[in-house]
Amino acid sequence: MHPWIGAGPEDRDRILAELGLSSADELFATIPDAVKVDSLGLGGARDEAALLREFGDLAAANTPVSSVPSFLGAGTYHHVQPAVVDAVLQRAEFYTSYTPYQPEISQGTLQAIFEFQTMVCQLTGLEVANASLYDGATSLVEAALMAHRVLRGKRNRVVVAETVHPMYRRVLHTYAGALGIEVVEVAPGDDGRTSPEALAAAAGDEACAVIVQSPSFVGTLEDLGAVAEAAHGVGALAVQVVAEAVSLGLLRGGGDHGFDIVCGEAQSFGLAPGFGGPHLGFFACRSAHVRQMPGRVVGQTVDSEGRRAFCLTLSTREQHIRRAKATSNICTNHGLMALAATVWLELLGGEGLRRVAAASLAAARSFASRVAELPGWRLAWPETAAFNELLVVGPRPGAELAGELARDGVLAGVPSRLWGGSWPDGLLVAFTERTTGAQVDALLDAMGRIR
Amino acid sequence: MAVPEDLSYTRSHEWVRREGDVAMVGITHYAQEQLGEVVYVELPEVGQQVEQGSELGTLESVKAVSEFYAPVTGEVVGINEDLADEPDLVNQDPYGGGWLVKIRVDGVDESALMDAAAYEAFIAAESH
Amino acid sequence: MRRRALRDEPLIFERNPGRGPRGGYLLPESGIAPVAPEEALPADQLREALPEMPALGELEVVQHFHRLSQMNFAVDEGLYPLGSCTMKYNPRICEVTSRLPGFVDLHPLQPEWQVQGALRLMWEMERALAQITGMPAVTLQPAAGAHGELTGMLMIRAALEARGDAREVVLVPDSAHGTNPASATFAGYRSVEIASGPDGTVDLAELDRLMDERVAAIMLTVPNTLGVFEHRIVEIAELVHSRGGFIYMDGANLNAFAGRALPGAMGADALHINLHKTFSTPHGGGGPGAGPVAVSEALVPHLPVPRVVREGDGFRMLWEDGRSIGPMRGFYANFLILVRALTFIRGMGDEGLREMSEVAVLYANLVRQRLAGAYHLEYDAPTMHEVVFDDSLQQEHGVSNVDIAKRLLDLGFHPPTMSFPLIVHGALMIEPTESPAPEEVEAFCEAMLRIAREAETDPEVLKAAPRETPVGRVDEVQAARNLVLRWRAEEAWPAGVPTRS
Repeated sequence: MHPWIGAGPEDRDRILAELGLSSADELFATIPDAVKVDSLGLGGARDEAALLREFGDLAAANTPVSSVPSFLGAGTYHHVQPAVVDAVLQRAEFYTSYTPYQPEISQGTLQAIFEFQTMVCQLTGLEVANASLYDGATSLVEAALMAHRVLRGKRNRVVVAETVHPMYRRVLHTYAGALGIEVVEVAPGDDGRTSPEALAAAAGDEACAVIVQSPSFVGTLEDLGAVAEAAHGVGALAVQVVAEAVSLGLLRGGGDHGFDIVCGEAQSFGLAPGFGGPHLGFFACRSAHVRQMPGRVVGQTVDSEGRRAFCLTLSTREQHIRRAKATSNICTNHGLMALAATVWLELLGGEGLRRVAAASLAAARSFASRVAELPGWRLAWPETAAFNELLVVGPRPGAELAGELARDGVLAGVPSRLWGGSWPDGLLVAFTERTTGAQVDALLDAMGRIR
Repeated sequence: MAVPEDLSYTRSHEWVRREGDVAMVGITHYAQEQLGEVVYVELPEVGQQVEQGSELGTLESVKAVSEFYAPVTGEVVGINEDLADEPDLVNQDPYGGGWLVKIRVDGVDESALMDAAAYEAFIAAESH
Repeated sequence: MRRRALRDEPLIFERNPGRGPRGGYLLPESGIAPVAPEEALPADQLREALPEMPALGELEVVQHFHRLSQMNFAVDEGLYPLGSCTMKYNPRICEVTSRLPGFVDLHPLQPEWQVQGALRLMWEMERALAQITGMPAVTLQPAAGAHGELTGMLMIRAALEARGDAREVVLVPDSAHGTNPASATFAGYRSVEIASGPDGTVDLAELDRLMDERVAAIMLTVPNTLGVFEHRIVEIAELVHSRGGFIYMDGANLNAFAGRALPGAMGADALHINLHKTFSTPHGGGGPGAGPVAVSEALVPHLPVPRVVREGDGFRMLWEDGRSIGPMRGFYANFLILVRALTFIRGMGDEGLREMSEVAVLYANLVRQRLAGAYHLEYDAPTMHEVVFDDSLQQEHGVSNVDIAKRLLDLGFHPPTMSFPLIVHGALMIEPTESPAPEEVEAFCEAMLRIAREAETDPEVLKAAPRETPVGRVDEVQAARNLVLRWRAEEAWPAGVPTRS
């Protein structure tokens, strides 16, 4: 008799009798005996205290990132996490419901997603947005595949700046390989930015998409206007990926620069780092391409009485209807994470988001002005504009520096060549509104101790 | 009139009205009924060459997608642009305002087309 | 009977428009001097303010979401028998363990010595799933079932390519969920439908005919979407393997036999497990889920990287592996979902899992028994964890499965799945799961029987349903014809025109 199972032994006997069965084994008579098993070897049921002990021990074997000065970023950022966000997520009406296929009893989820879509549009400068994807890496893949469809599969090349998050690029390679789509990478120039001319040259007349990340993996801001123009000049869609969504509080989204798709990772909007997931992919595009957009979408409509209501729409793009011809195979997405981001954005508001971004920028600038004076250390590109993440080069390779500084009690940054790269070998140091002056001091002190 | 006398029909439920060397194409009353309320029509580009029997475009309802096919071989010389704003014309007036495509005919395999009587017999058989 | 806020809740953008900002959230005092953004950022990139975004106080935002939540139906409210989705109870303890700071507050790129507990948890999760499936190895990366399908199909592709055997076709039964053919497409394969036999299972003769040297794999859901176990699964696997193909098993319906039978013994080469179904991680209104994939020995070399490996007493992340298909996502997995699922598995133990599948199947059979006669059963084969009726008896009175579904809402139950399987026209796919009390299942059956009577005597009440919900029947046709996918100030809902309630 397990508490998570609704029927007790007498209930079961009663139902078996009603079904005319003498034992529960008869329910499984169609399963061949050869594949049956009596015990999995998982052991007995654990009570709550035992579970709390077991998982408490596992959790205690980790070092929470908040417990040390941390400057880790590289796609996962440590922004404020208001108590309201988790309080809303813990409402069972949200977290124990399913995808809102029955709109009459799902208006809460549907309206929240509609608000999310609206804010993604406001921030990216584009006209339509979907209800979420898994994460930044898969949103980039979906963007590339969508561009391939928009150009009707006639252009088989995707050009991607090397300064796009290396993990996102690797995932793109995983997907593109099976579909025969060629991925061409373009290295950054001496200023840590990607040359629009080099992107256009790599595209030739065969590219369906030109993809840049801005702020880039190495922290630099790409020249978005020129990149969009270069992409359109070769007949490709311009795609911006954003790994640090808070940057959109101060920086105009790609839509304002002429980009066709802006996608990326929105973990920064109130989601815990959570050892890498679940995070939140977002995706926006021009309305002209909405029928090629992947993922679920909520639309406004009316009910039988003419009152405003919301429902999922454009479902014919999706796998449950179009099957082998669907725009994406995605089914379950990251709805609850989109809800978290919606709560976070609505609580902070436009002004709060701006202030979060400005404080992150200020912390980075404060560090930048002081690290230059530290012997043996320099910024990779002191003249290139950046937001809240900086590539700093020290006296030794980044991986060694990161390890030594971590042992010294500071998570100083992510090694810039953790996944390779043509840029200098140093540390990517990230700042947020949670960064304090004392933490910056501690970081600089620890860096100064490196020999 | 569910099956007008003066048109030709296909097994995939398109109708064809031939005037000179141009064929006007739509889907039948029966087909629109099966599909339900049409919410979007995807049409080919003007100038495109099409083979008889090849896919011309798609019709979408809320819960289904269905392709429609070229009943003749030739070049697409016109598409019904009203359908972009009023896809329900396909439901309201399938043989008139809900037409889909005009094709300049280069060739046609007449054996693949039916007259009204044959089409009526065909749908009677299909719906059983 | 549906509760809801007494007042309608407008869109957040329509709350108190033009009244000026209110304090949303106090930011930490950093002690760092502010910087004027225009001095640090290029002028052409700097945005102006975001005046259309909200500017509200904390209580306003809390009330907004509280009221929105009251317009949702949820597992905690009543039976949610959505077939194939396995909407079971989400134990609260899983929400507690997955919120421990030692899990939530971990950056994925912290040094490995700081995250040994997290790495061990992932390693133990892999082991638990390997035991449950009887398969040697598992990848935890996929974020959902469909993502797992693609991961599995890419591994199959890699294994075939490694032996120089390019194949182009994937067989998918006509009863399959739409993600199967879609995933096959995204893995670069053409899917070919294989017709179900009269009992709803794969027709062996048809398989024998189609299974040639062009076929990379067959994607089988076990039990299938009709709730019928592929009782010839061993023969199917032998046939496919003998011709060089692979078995992809869709584990969406694992709840039917977890703890009682092993997919590995059935011959599966790749099997995704929807942790948000069988292992009870919350569905979250549409994710996040997790779709780990268990694999046979043949696919082990092609598992995605990064993955956890054990070294002595410790654990580390393996980032490169020559024959791997590569990464499928950013970082490692939906880690916090894994914490919940492993909590559930440990909480259940061996016996609990066996009891779980037993009661899930028992309840589905109870529903079948009670509703037989009132609803038509197209495929009359033994029922496992779900049963698929259809609306053909009700259609005689002009009543469709949608009408039945909307009426169920008025009676306080979530409707069954209707969108598939496509081989059952007007489907009503019912999966009670093991969680509810028997009385709840019986009350659902009573509601279904009442609706069947109403279809004969008073079909109009079904056509007019739902009446007790925050909105009436929603016009999905208008939503698709006239796309409004975001709020705009200039197109705001006209004042005075009613919204909900």
